[in-house]
Amino acid sequence: MGEASATAVDRPARPAARPGGRALLQDALFRHGTRLAAVAVGSVVLGILAALTVGAWPAIERFGAGFLGSSAWNPVTEEFGALVPIYGTLVTSAIALLIAVPVSFGVALFITELAPGWLKRPVGTAIELLAAIPSIIYGMWGLFVFAPLFGEHVQPWLTERLAGVPGIGILFDGPPMGIGVLTAGIILAVMVIPFIASVMRDVFEVVPAPLKESAYGLGATTWEVVWKVVLPYTKVGVIGGIMLGLGRALGETMAVTFVIGNAHELSASLFMPGNTISSILANEFTEAVGELYVASLIYLGLILFGITFVVLAAAKLLLIRLGAREGRRA
Amino acid sequence: MLSLYRRRLLVNAFNLGVSVAMTLFGLFWLAWLLWTLLSQGLQWLGPHVFTAPTPPPGEQGGLANAIVGSLLLTGFGVLIGAPLGLLAGTFLAEFGRVSRLAAAIRFINDVLLSAPSILIGVFVYTVLVVPFGHFSGWAGAAALALIVVPVVVRTTEDMLKLVPDALREAAAALGAPYWKVVVAIVYRAALGGIMTGVLLAVARISGETAPLLFTALSNQFWSTDMSGPMANLPVVIFQFAMSPYEDWQHLAWAGALLITLAVLALNIVARVAFRRRKARQ
Repeated sequence: MGEASATAVDRPARPAARPGGRALLQDALFRHGTRLAAVAVGSVVLGILAALTVGAWPAIERFGAGFLGSSAWNPVTEEFGALVPIYGTLVTSAIALLIAVPVSFGVALFITELAPGWLKRPVGTAIELLAAIPSIIYGMWGLFVFAPLFGEHVQPWLTERLAGVPGIGILFDGPPMGIGVLTAGIILAVMVIPFIASVMRDVFEVVPAPLKESAYGLGATTWEVVWKVVLPYTKVGVIGGIMLGLGRALGETMAVTFVIGNAHELSASLFMPGNTISSILANEFTEAVGELYVASLIYLGLILFGITFVVLAAAKLLLIRLGAREGRRA
Repeated sequence: MLSLYRRRLLVNAFNLGVSVAMTLFGLFWLAWLLWTLLSQGLQWLGPHVFTAPTPPPGEQGGLANAIVGSLLLTGFGVLIGAPLGLLAGTFLAEFGRVSRLAAAIRFINDVLLSAPSILIGVFVYTVLVVPFGHFSGWAGAAALALIVVPVVVRTTEDMLKLVPDALREAAAALGAPYWKVVVAIVYRAALGGIMTGVLLAVARISGETAPLLFTALSNQFWSTDMSGPMANLPVVIFQFAMSPYEDWQHLAWAGALLITLAVLALNIVARVAFRRRKARQ
């Protein structure tokens, strides 16, 4: 079925003359047709990389690697830097993970260990539906419903409690506007929970029952079984799932664009507006005039592509390692 | 002081309680989102939404052109993306089980699957919008197709691999050429799963906004011309929601409700169909 039989039909000597020759020709056409499609899919990604590099070239030539460390963003003087959007992208994603990872763990634990059989599927499906809701809906809801409530009730409370704490106080010291970096991070958290939770659930389910049963047999509580047996056994997969969620959070566009406030400023407070690479692209790309402005935006896109690629590759490697370990144990 | 035993039980009860609370926390957001959509969307939803085109600010209107545009863009996106994904997935599952090329393509496909959709938009902008000098429905459909492809490749490969080799061997033993084995036997056995993948891909692109911003853009007027800018629900919702006009924001809520209902319905149909299929096997 694999390559061996495939090469056997690779070159029919004289297709029409042999019995079955037509079938062999059709087989070869089929095989090469599907291979062509697969290669086309592969070349799309290379095409994206090439197109982004070519598009960004004027900015790469002009700013070089200094682009990464500069916080300038002035279309009039044509000074551009990526520091603010990169900072915004990383901070919103970090907030998202801080919230989403414990919640996802709780959800996966509930579905795999606690829920009665009839409840597993509905709860699992409901959580996965969170991932199905289009991101623009999250954005609208975030801007019109969540942000006002958050600004009115939660942010003043946070400022009151945390602004005086040394070290982290500065993060929560700011005007309670509702929109801003923290709001964007929280909404991203809700959006990535389903991704992380479903990977965690899947890897928790591959833990061999005898392993858990022996722990229970020694008198371990459910929590101890999960914390000391299930989690160590699946940690590579869990980290892989978190990385996949991180990849999602880094590239998310519309929800963030609605609630982050779109200010090109670097501020210590999480309550202040900011921007991310994807939100700046969504806001400015169609209106950008001037070669260098457009090129700088594409350069940002190229950086985002690089970041998500690294995260994805790391996640894949971890998941492959988990798979390999599974294979050895089996 | 608590005995070790009591403490372990307490820790267990507390942490499991937190786990239940976290699950409720997750479900709470879903409920809140859906409730907001229903309460905000239903009151602005009426027949005019489906019959009238998008209005200028302050006038009566609906979303008819955006709905039609979205259907066209999604339709063409799937028509372009799904066959390509199906063929590529077939190659990976049938011919690429041990090949290095297939392993590379599998990895690249995963890169495409997780690439931020806005970058797909930028890419299509540079190759299909800049050279032609204007935004177009075709560019939008191409961007959506690029989002469909990796989803379909992935599900097709997974589903074809679930078909037992004995079926292929039985067909081959009867003298069927390999392409016939795949088309008539393997596809047939995996049809439910493949269709699920396509449905999920449709669900995914019908709400996509970011890749359409720079490709199909939007259009205030009624247009079914795929080579010009084309109105579509997500971008219209984005523009209307961000606008200062109340009428526009109301239409945005109605559109948001429509899109979400469509996407959730597609998801549920895909899941139910697939579950029945699995149960039968």
